[in-house]
Amino acid sequence: MSAAPVLALRGISKRFGAVQALTEVDLEVRAGSVLALVGDNGAGKSTLVKTIAGVHPIDDGTLEWEGRPVTVARPQDAQHLGVATVYQDLALCDNLDVVANLFLGREATRGKVLDEVAMEKRAQELLDSLSIRIPSVRIPIASLSGGQRQVVAIARALVGDPKLVILDEPTAALGVEQTAQVLDLVERLRERGLAVILISHNMADVLAVADQVAVLRLGRNNGVFDVADTSHEEIISAITGATENAVTRRKARTTEAAQ
Amino acid sequence: MSDTQPGKQPGQSPAAADQAPAEAEGTTKTTVPAPAGPVDAGAPATDALTPVDPRLLVREQGFAGYLTDFKRRIKGGELGSIPVLVGLVVIWAIFETTTGRFLDPSNLTNIAQYIVGPGLIATGIVFVLLLGEIDLSVGSVAGLTAALTSVLAVKQDLNEGLAVLLGLLAAGAIGALHGFFFARIGVPAFVVTLAGFLGWSGLQLYVMGNTLSINNISGGVVQGLNNTYFSDIAAAYGLALVAVAAHLGSQLLDRKRRRAVDLPHRPLSEVLLRSGVVAVLAFATAWMLNQESGLPLGLTVFVGVVVLAAFVLKRTSYGRQVFAVGGGVEAARRAGINVVWVRISVFTISGFLGGLGGLFIASQAGVADSNLGGGDTLMLAIAAAVIGGTSLFGGRGTPWSALIGILVIQSIMTGLYMSGSSSDAVQSMITGVVLLAAVVIDSVSRRTQKTAGRA
Ligand SMILES: Nc1ncnc2c1ncn2[C@@H]1O[C@H](COP(=O)(O)OP(=O)(O)OP(=O)(O)O)[C@@H](O)[C@H]1O
Ligand SMILES: [Mg+2]
Repeated sequence: MSAAPVLALRGISKRFGAVQALTEVDLEVRAGSVLALVGDNGAGKSTLVKTIAGVHPIDDGTLEWEGRPVTVARPQDAQHLGVATVYQDLALCDNLDVVANLFLGREATRGKVLDEVAMEKRAQELLDSLSIRIPSVRIPIASLSGGQRQVVAIARALVGDPKLVILDEPTAALGVEQTAQVLDLVERLRERGLAVILISHNMADVLAVADQVAVLRLGRNNGVFDVADTSHEEIISAITGATENAVTRRKARTTEAAQ
Repeated sequence: MSDTQPGKQPGQSPAAADQAPAEAEGTTKTTVPAPAGPVDAGAPATDALTPVDPRLLVREQGFAGYLTDFKRRIKGGELGSIPVLVGLVVIWAIFETTTGRFLDPSNLTNIAQYIVGPGLIATGIVFVLLLGEIDLSVGSVAGLTAALTSVLAVKQDLNEGLAVLLGLLAAGAIGALHGFFFARIGVPAFVVTLAGFLGWSGLQLYVMGNTLSINNISGGVVQGLNNTYFSDIAAAYGLALVAVAAHLGSQLLDRKRRRAVDLPHRPLSEVLLRSGVVAVLAFATAWMLNQESGLPLGLTVFVGVVVLAAFVLKRTSYGRQVFAVGGGVEAARRAGINVVWVRISVFTISGFLGGLGGLFIASQAGVADSNLGGGDTLMLAIAAAVIGGTSLFGGRGTPWSALIGILVIQSIMTGLYMSGSSSDAVQSMITGVVLLAAVVIDSVSRRTQKTAGRA
């Protein structure tokens, strides 16, 4: 693995009014590797992603990009660095069509005029590579199914030329085939030397593609594990904060019942 | 990479065909290269590579296709400008039968004169409505601009061209100021522009001093705005020809580029039909204008502004950003759009067009008076934009709605005047009913679109 991480977070804190969403969080992600970020609901994963993406400016701590400290105050700053983000809430414009959404903020132009033909062609190719079928790339996002929207949001992250791709629960609404395609995509991104942060509640997905798993618990770091030499149970107990937890109890119950 | 296996394409199930959502209003109507064409033996792969979902609505060729398409649009609540165009035809028919001279070229030219000022103001309002906001100040800005310009030119003896320029600059700056308070400070646009509505009409009275009205300089710039005609018949016909040629040319070019890269494109018959409709409208208007005094400068400016606005909104990144902010502020912000700048610029445009409209109103009236831009100016401008089909909910609409809407309103006013029932009371009531009808259509179509999964 290369020397300086693409992105390093040092002691990031973020507060929303009375809620301390993140406390002194550290995180490093390297080129050509997939970092899974896991944690229970409300652990602060999405908040962390949004601070990296410039949606919420951080209160404390530093962001380092390829070894240099940077300030990310607006989404544009993150985009210029080369961060592409797929948000949990997708952040698509309902009134615009698929092509317009894919290229929003970086439209292809000929002279000063939008190059709709080039954009539509590229949109077709991107969506085909994710094997999603959409009735037409010229219908508004509002008329797509949840999964179709999610794929559009994912495809959008690939339009630019990012160095770091952040996927916040990208497979939550997807069918079997599309989920497999997204996991394939994550692996392709890694092969191309990109850094990937993947958030998911699905342990099987995480263990299938991630190199490392960072656990967040109640807004704090709760361990970083190499997938190669960590068991499923260790990660679960880091997430829940106890070796004795709902997951192990349930497992014990069901194995008991089976005997 | 994913390969598309030919076997994986779900069969062309006819049952699925009517489930696919309909086309969006204003987007390209697509037609898939006809599957009925001669099938290349031994090339089933081409079918699998067609980048089009089998459930995509394929419009039948020819007239039947238009009919089914039309029915589908009505069901899906995508009426666009259809109801108002039908309404306009009905209004014209009613007044023609009751007065017998409503459709005379002299009367229509007269209407074409009156719509310019309010229409320009309404065009500015369309930009603001697209953001999902409202600008209540445009009437006052129109009045202030007219007052400022004539005071500078008449009382201060400034060069009139310079005075016009300063007036328009002031209008744009005022709009920018509203935009600043709204976008930067976060005051609701409704309140900022309400303050502007009061404040700027106060300033209008203040700059006019104790004069109630100032006559336009005879033979001057302002007087010329709405009273200049290009009386050579070549002017109107020439402009119509240029418009039709540009429309046809751009459509053909677009079709050629799409065909070259195998994207769905319009059939030639549809391209010709569309350009044919434009040609009929353009040449009928030109003919009508040439029967009377020729091509009016005012109408040319107004239509020019509408065309330019439509081009900017539909074909440039800036326009895309306006629609994006109107469709979802947070999504637009996260896409890296400078929301503050988009908002300020839109209010600047609205202020500027308000001012320009004010000058045309002053030109039409012959004077800049102290209640120019007051009364129902603001309400009519907003009503025009909404009647024409621009949504009050943001993210949906076109500058053409300003033209169509103001045409409807002015037709009603002129028609009532001609039938002798032109009390302010009747006019206001009828315009109120028309506006209500427009808003009801807007809301209902939004709801239908929601249930059809399209809002
Ligand atoms: N905009 C906001 N304003 C106030 N509080 C917020 C905001 N966004 C998040 N929070 C709070 O921050 C905490 C972390 O939320 P976050 O969305 O990051 O969780 P998460 O780990 O992504 O959870 P999930 O797995 O459910 O997506 C929560 O307690 C939430 O209430
Ligand atoms: Mg989350």
